[in-house]
Parts: sequence; structure tokens; C-alpha cells
Amino acid sequence: MSAQEITFGKAITAGLRAALAEDEKVVLMGEDIGTLGGVFRITDGLMQEFGPDRVVDTPLAESGIMGTAVGLAYRGYRPVVEIQFDGFVYPSFDQIVSQVAKTYYRTRGAVPMPVTIRIPFGGGIGSPEHHSESPEAYFVHTAGLRVVSPSTPQEGYDLIRAAIASNDPVVYLEPKRRYHDRGPVDLSAPLRPMGPAAVAAEGTDVTLVAYGPLVKTCLQAAEAAAAEGISIDVIDLRSLSPVDYGLIEASVRRTGRLVITHEASRTGGLGAEIAATVTERCFHWLEHAPVRVTGFDIPYPPAKLEHHHVPDLDRILDGVDRALGRANSLDSIDPFAPPTPLAADGTERG
Amino acid sequence: MGTVSLNTPPTGMPHVPEPDLHQVLTPEGHRRPDHDLDPWLEDVTATMLAGLHRDMTVIRRLDTECTHLQRQGELALWPPLLGQEASQVGSAAALHREDYVFPSYRENGVAYLRGVDPLGLVRLWRGSTYAGWNPAETNLAAQQIIIGAQSLHAVGYAMGLRRDHSEAAAISYFGDGATSQGDVNEAMVFAASYHVPVVFFCQNNHWAISEPVTLQARRHIADRPWGFGIPAMRVDGNDVLAVLAATRRALERARNGGGPTFIEAVTYRMGPHTTADDPTRYRSKDEVEAWRAKDPIDRVEAHLAATLTDSDRDAQGGPLTIEVVRAASAAAADEMAAALRTGLAGLVDPGPEALFEHVYAEPHHELARQREHYRLYLAQFDGEQLEAGTR
Repeated sequence: MSAQEITFGKAITAGLRAALAEDEKVVLMGEDIGTLGGVFRITDGLMQEFGPDRVVDTPLAESGIMGTAVGLAYRGYRPVVEIQFDGFVYPSFDQIVSQVAKTYYRTRGAVPMPVTIRIPFGGGIGSPEHHSESPEAYFVHTAGLRVVSPSTPQEGYDLIRAAIASNDPVVYLEPKRRYHDRGPVDLSAPLRPMGPAAVAAEGTDVTLVAYGPLVKTCLQAAEAAAAEGISIDVIDLRSLSPVDYGLIEASVRRTGRLVITHEASRTGGLGAEIAATVTERCFHWLEHAPVRVTGFDIPYPPAKLEHHHVPDLDRILDGVDRALGRANSLDSIDPFAPPTPLAADGTERG
Repeated sequence: MGTVSLNTPPTGMPHVPEPDLHQVLTPEGHRRPDHDLDPWLEDVTATMLAGLHRDMTVIRRLDTECTHLQRQGELALWPPLLGQEASQVGSAAALHREDYVFPSYRENGVAYLRGVDPLGLVRLWRGSTYAGWNPAETNLAAQQIIIGAQSLHAVGYAMGLRRDHSEAAAISYFGDGATSQGDVNEAMVFAASYHVPVVFFCQNNHWAISEPVTLQARRHIADRPWGFGIPAMRVDGNDVLAVLAATRRALERARNGGGPTFIEAVTYRMGPHTTADDPTRYRSKDEVEAWRAKDPIDRVEAHLAATLTDSDRDAQGGPLTIEVVRAASAAAADEMAAALRTGLAGLVDPGPEALFEHVYAEPHHELARQREHYRLYLAQFDGEQLEAGTR
């Protein structure tokens, strides 16, 4: 069967439908996912198709959803949990970090936890507080979890099927502002592994690493840069944990320059980890320090301010200019100015 | 209109009865009739009571041995269950093999009765492994240290049982402290809404480390489940027969589509929270002594001593006297303890390979890289290498 044009959201729905049809142990759980079809309609029609025992409306308790998913996995089921919005995942944080992630290790492999945790994440849709967050670093930092994020409808379809088929727990981050984007999806595609990153656009001057919602922005940035004669190699991570460093390293060895972008805050973010690892492994090929273009170290701001916080095409290109040593917004800062460590009393030295 | 007492049910709400404490064996060993529990005790014989006596004695010995092993530096820590033998033996004796148990960290007596090798408990508490047993072989989930988290796992498992049309049930053990956790309350919401075959077994041992049960609950814990739509029973947790009957009743209810049941077993933690705790800092000697008079093993002995007759026979057909019961229980405890000490002498610490095993079920290239780098690091030193971590 050839590819058909469908939306990102419908591609995920198709992936869930395929998983439900392929394995009777797959159970979908979440708030409003049954009768309503989910607040984003990602599970639209699935309860009607597979019944209320396979597509389960749950009470409004995220820890309860995650904890009962653990119990279902003990019984041999493959629960697929929907967290309604990124900022609602924290009540279930203990069950994810201490139970979902660690039960396989705790039991020395006797009890696998094939739990998929779907989280619509990221900003750009003008939402109230707690509806636009990027919590990936917490999960990337947690041993035992895998973390993936698709950037196209085809990846949405492929990665959800791979996540559900995996015997490891997988956090599947859905770029909610791309739900309505359309793209070709081959529903007859074979099951593909989650691990490999993808080259979203080929280039030679700078390596630009992104995932989820910002891949599209990076492709637009690459197009704009091409008009100025700059060739950007855009890498779509797909898997955030573990990261396919081999593909990034291969690109950086060619370009010598690395820019990483994400919506999440900077400190302790995935960009920091990738910058450090690539520096360790590609030090001799780098011609400039890795550059991060990220959200600020602030709580996600109110909707009227979010366009300042979420990296856009221009901020990403400013980062690309920095990596290339071209004129950029930070040129007025003297990199050779003396450092200013804090005084013993915690104040800044004058 | 004056002030409204918070204890007065609002108009139109069903009145929730104050549950009585169910007890069928008094501390003095007298058998008391109990309308709700007696139907579940019709098969009780002297032989069966002798068996319960033996199990409680063995578990007490296991607990004492492990406490000593901690003092001798063999274990890193031990959470004593002294005083709670009837709660653990009575409930575990009611379980079927296909039922699934979700314990906290103090259910080491339950673990023993699920067939766990005491040496597994030793390896767990000396820090050699987190897996003291294989859940797939024992239908006993891994021990849970996060307070109350396992209650949700039991409910999820029971959701699976319902989907599978199984006749088994799930049971979750937790303490009085756990009833304050969100997870236990969410577990009751999910269990009631989905009407699943689960038993919530709360051992109210009166102390959550240093905090008295009155800090967790202003009314009896068994009052609370009714508000979730879950029937609850408050039983004397030092009365092995009451616990056995209440658990049988709850499990049968679960098996027959009756949904969840909550049991509050009122008992007492005679020892410290763990071997790292000092209970003299927060509770009185008088309180502890008052509970010592309600000892769960003594009351079975007293009951047997008063009721055994010349016609009671042991397994070999010999006369079953209280002396015979005591000797058989002591012999079983000695046998367990000797095997434990022998096994302990043969234990080998795990090798560093165990660090990296079973983190993921499927290949993980970054972890494989860290493992390889650590192998290279260790290889610098004579005799150090990554060994399989099976012990």
C-alpha cells in the first residue's frame, strides 16, 4: 500500500489502532480517552472499535493511572498511558521513576515493564499554565526509561508502534502543535527500530540537532540559510534516550560545528548532554564550541510571551551564525573579559 | 441552628457503622463466637492450629535471626516484624497459589509462606540484590519501599485478572502510615470504580517510624474505605484465626465478583521500625508491655493447651499435646535457622557485571559503552574484571 496524506494526529491514531489490532494485551488508559476520544482526539473512535476494556477511561489521578499500568504489566499486559498534558505528568512522577523505570532492574529481569507513556508536549498553542511544558530531561535522566519524540506523521506512526512493541518502558513525546500538520504516511510500513536518528536535511557547514516540534522549524531555518549560502545538516534525533551519537558524530566530523535546539529550559537539558558528549567524542574535529538555542531557565511563560521563549527560525539562525563565527547577537560580549566568580558572601564581585 | 458536628452524617447519606474489632481468640486463648467470621473457620482443627503455630514460630525465628545477623554485620538493615506474626501468617494462609501478592518491605513472613528461600531475604537485606525472589515463581511482587505505591500495582493486576476472567485475586499489604499516601487513596478509587478482585490488607501496627497512627487517621482506618464504596473490616491482627477468616472472606468476595475489600488488622510493631531505629525515643515501655500481653503465638498456645484432648493426634498418629506442638514448632524453626546460617556461609558478593544487567530488556548502546569503559578501567588492576553478577 502506498503512502497517504494524513495529519500527524491521525498518524498516531493509526499507530495505536495497529497496535491494538496486533496484540490483544495492548490496553490504552487515560483521562477522557474513551467516549470523547481524548482532548486532542488522538484516541478518537478506538473505544468504539476495541471496547471499553481495551480503551479505558480512568479516574482523574495520574499516579493512579501509572500505578495501575504497572500492575497490568505485572499481569502481562502492555499498557499505553495517555497523560493529557505535559504539565500533568508530575503527579505520576514517582510511579514512573521509582516503579515503571526500575521494576525490571529490581526483579533482575523477571518482570518487564512494557509501558508506553504518551505525553503531548511543548508550547506554541497559546495554552494556560501547565499545558506547554517540555519535561523530557527528567525522563532522559532516569535509567530504565527510553524516550522518543517524532517530528513527522510517518515517524509518529512508526515510533508509537515501536514504543508499544518494546519490552522496555518508553516515554513518547508528541509535539502537540504539529498535530494538524499533514504528511505522507505508509500504514503498511514494517515495524522500525526506535533508536536511529535521521538526517532531515543534508548540509555541509554546520550540524543542527533537534527533535519533536523544532525539527520543522530547523528545516525552515535550513531553507532560509541556504538562500544566504549556508548549508545546514539537520539531524532529527527521534530517540532522546538513548541518543544516536554515531549519526551526530559523523555529521560533526564533516562540519566541525554543532548547534542544538530545544524548547525545554537550558540548564541540565538534553542540549547540555549532547554538547558535552559530542565535545568529548569529537574534540579534534570541532572548530567552535557547541551552541545551544533553548528555552530560558524560567517557568513556561504566559501565552502572550511564549514566542520569546520558544526558539524560532531567527533565534536558531542566530545560533548558527555564532557557531560559524559570523556576525551574531552576542558579538558585543567580549569573550576575553575576566571571569567574575561570586564573592564568599554570595554577592557578585564589583 | 447550632454548629454541625463533623461526625454527624449529612442528611440523606447512609449511616456508616462504626466497625467493631473482630476477635475470635482472646489474648487468654478463649474462643469467642463471631457472627461474620465463624463461617470461615468451620474447617479449623487442632492440627491446623498447630500448623499456624509452627508458621508463626518459624517466622519469629527468621525475624530474630535476621535482626541478629544485622547486629553481626551480615545484613545492612532489617525491618523486624516481631508482634505481627498473626497478621502475616493468618492472611498468607488464606491465599491460593494463583493469587498475587503486592507486599511492602515488612512482609518477610508472607514471603516465607509464599515459598521464598530465607537466604533470598538475607541477600536482599545485605545489599547483594534487589531481587530476593522471582515474582514469576512465587506470585509475590518485588518488595516495595515507596510507601503505598504497591497498592496501585495490586489494583492494576486485579484489573488484568478481570479482563482475563481469572478466579484469582490480588492482595496489597501496607501499613497505617501508607493510608495517608495519595497512592493508597487513588488505589481505592480505581478499585471501587472498576470493581476489581483486590484485597487491601492494612497492618495497623500503630507506628510509622516515630509517628503514631493518630497522626495518620482521626478515626479508625477501617472507617475510611466505606467512603470509597469499599466494605471494610477491623480485626484483631494478633488473632491468627480472625485474620485468617477475614482474609478468606475478602478473597472469596473478590473471586465471586464482589469487588474490593479492606481489612484493618490491628496489631503492634514490638520492635523498631528497622534495625536503624530507636523506639525508646518516641514510645513508652508501658505501651510495649501492654501489647506483649496480647502476643499472637502465646494465645494460640493457650488455646491449644486448654482444648487439646487425648483423641487429638499428630501427623504420625502419636498424641498431640501442647508439648508436642511446641517441640515441632521449635524443631521447624531450628531447621530453618540452621539452613540459613549454612547458606549464609556460602554466599558470594555479586560481581560488577550485575551493575549493568537488567536495566533494559533490549540492547542499549550507550549503557553498553559505559559498561565497556568500566571493564577497561577495572582491567588495569590485577584480578579485577567484570564478572557475571548472579549471586
